[in-house]
Amino acid sequence: MNIEQLDFYTQAILSMAALVGLTSFLMLGQGRLLRLIFVFALQGFLLTLTTALAAYSLDNPHLYISAVLTLVLKVIFIPWMLRRQVLHMNMHRDIEALKNNTFVMLGGASLMVFSYYVLHPVVQSSSAVMLNALAVSLSVMLLGMLLMISHRQAIAHVVGFMSIENGLFFAAIVATNGMPMVVELGVAFDVLVAAVLFGIFFLHIRTSIDTLDVDMLNRLHEVDK
Amino acid sequence: MNWLIAILQTILFVALSPLLAGWVKCCKCWLQNRKAPSIFQPYRDLLKLTYKQPVVSEQASWLFIKAPYVIFSATVLAATVVPLIAVDLPTSASADVIVMVGFFAFARFFLALAGLDIGTAFGGMGSSREMTISSLAEPAMLMAIFTLTMTASTTNLSLAIAHVLNEGLILRPSFVFALSALILVAVAETGRIPVDNPSTHLELTMIHEAMILEYSGRHLALIEWASQLKLMLYGVLIANIFFPWGIAQSFNPQDLAYGLMAIMAKLAVLAIVLAISETLVAKMRLFRVQEYLSFAYLLGLLGMLSHIILEASR
Repeated sequence: MNIEQLDFYTQAILSMAALVGLTSFLMLGQGRLLRLIFVFALQGFLLTLTTALAAYSLDNPHLYISAVLTLVLKVIFIPWMLRRQVLHMNMHRDIEALKNNTFVMLGGASLMVFSYYVLHPVVQSSSAVMLNALAVSLSVMLLGMLLMISHRQAIAHVVGFMSIENGLFFAAIVATNGMPMVVELGVAFDVLVAAVLFGIFFLHIRTSIDTLDVDMLNRLHEVDK
Repeated sequence: MNWLIAILQTILFVALSPLLAGWVKCCKCWLQNRKAPSIFQPYRDLLKLTYKQPVVSEQASWLFIKAPYVIFSATVLAATVVPLIAVDLPTSASADVIVMVGFFAFARFFLALAGLDIGTAFGGMGSSREMTISSLAEPAMLMAIFTLTMTASTTNLSLAIAHVLNEGLILRPSFVFALSALILVAVAETGRIPVDNPSTHLELTMIHEAMILEYSGRHLALIEWASQLKLMLYGVLIANIFFPWGIAQSFNPQDLAYGLMAIMAKLAVLAIVLAISETLVAKMRLFRVQEYLSFAYLLGLLGMLSHIILEASR
């Protein structure tokens, strides 16, 4: 099966998958928080486009609602909130020195290969497009986890967590041609609640250890070492 | 006939490259609210330099004097390989894209040697920086180009471009990555901002200018011309590989004229993009360049991976 024989919709979905993967890599190598949040919003925007595309080509109007939800939540609201917190806590000028950036990047590339390798037998019976899109969304999830491991700021961890959710969402859109509306609404509000909760956590971490660098959480030992 | 077109095309390459450099400079001036020099200023500069007597240091060996000629001819030879206005060139058949990268490396090798030859501190520094950057940029460029060659299953540039052209508009994820990788590499290799600043002399961060600091007269003219040619080569590579529409597939005059117009329009647009990015982006610290280039390599690698993963037949 070659890409030339696919219809335009599938080509577009595959390109979107590639771009979503690219934004994950961009996030992985980003040391500045504001730019990290911007790339996260970009990823959300790509998801919105994918959803709208799926809605259009599958003629499935309720997917438009989920596209709008994605746009409002992941492109506007959550990035806005994170951005406000970064500005509020005066962290927008800090550049986080990423340890072993090259290794993390190469690790990300190998995670992508790994996720493809893992999924290869799983979806062998179904279409190759599904396999590809699922592989990309699995690698977006794994890259989100890698982002959480490699960054030290709590806000970066939240972005990593949200990008894991983006990967799941992408898989759901591509593989199932849109979940039932109830599930989508549930997930969307879960994300919203999570974002608000994280905001409260930030506040508490900040008041108790005076920074959002999670390495500093080691200071919370009961006994001094 | 084929050979005639190939020669004509190379002459066009050599003749038009200062024009492209002039156009980039014009765009940059407009964007920065300055009065732009004439678009033909690079030609005048080259002419003036040719008339001037070259001054060569007593310590210079034969290599220093020969190097500009070697660099210029290697770059011209590289230009013969790249299809400018028409595909199906005999020169592309005899030398593929890897040979083109080889010509670039050859020219760079002599430039670095010439920088070291005089023994000034600046020359050695520039050579060492140039070699560091190019050793990182070359794999990234090859990765991006291999993505194309794997798609077209040939390393012959003419055939590859014809292949892309005949397929029509196909959204290929791998090409998105390869395009971004090639743009990043092109910026680094032609010494533009953010990697190097082409318009400054005597700045401690310079790379290309540091190597050619001792050159003057016609030697300098040749080196400047070669670097303008290199800028145009990368521009044509990007334009013709990823947006090949308009290039002539037959050798009748009408198609050729149309091809020439198309490539000039594409290059003009690319130059505007370059000028905008140069105005918006600040120059990087030298030690951040390796991060930039490893990102370019990563993009190239992702392009290759997504070609294999997303597109290749199974």
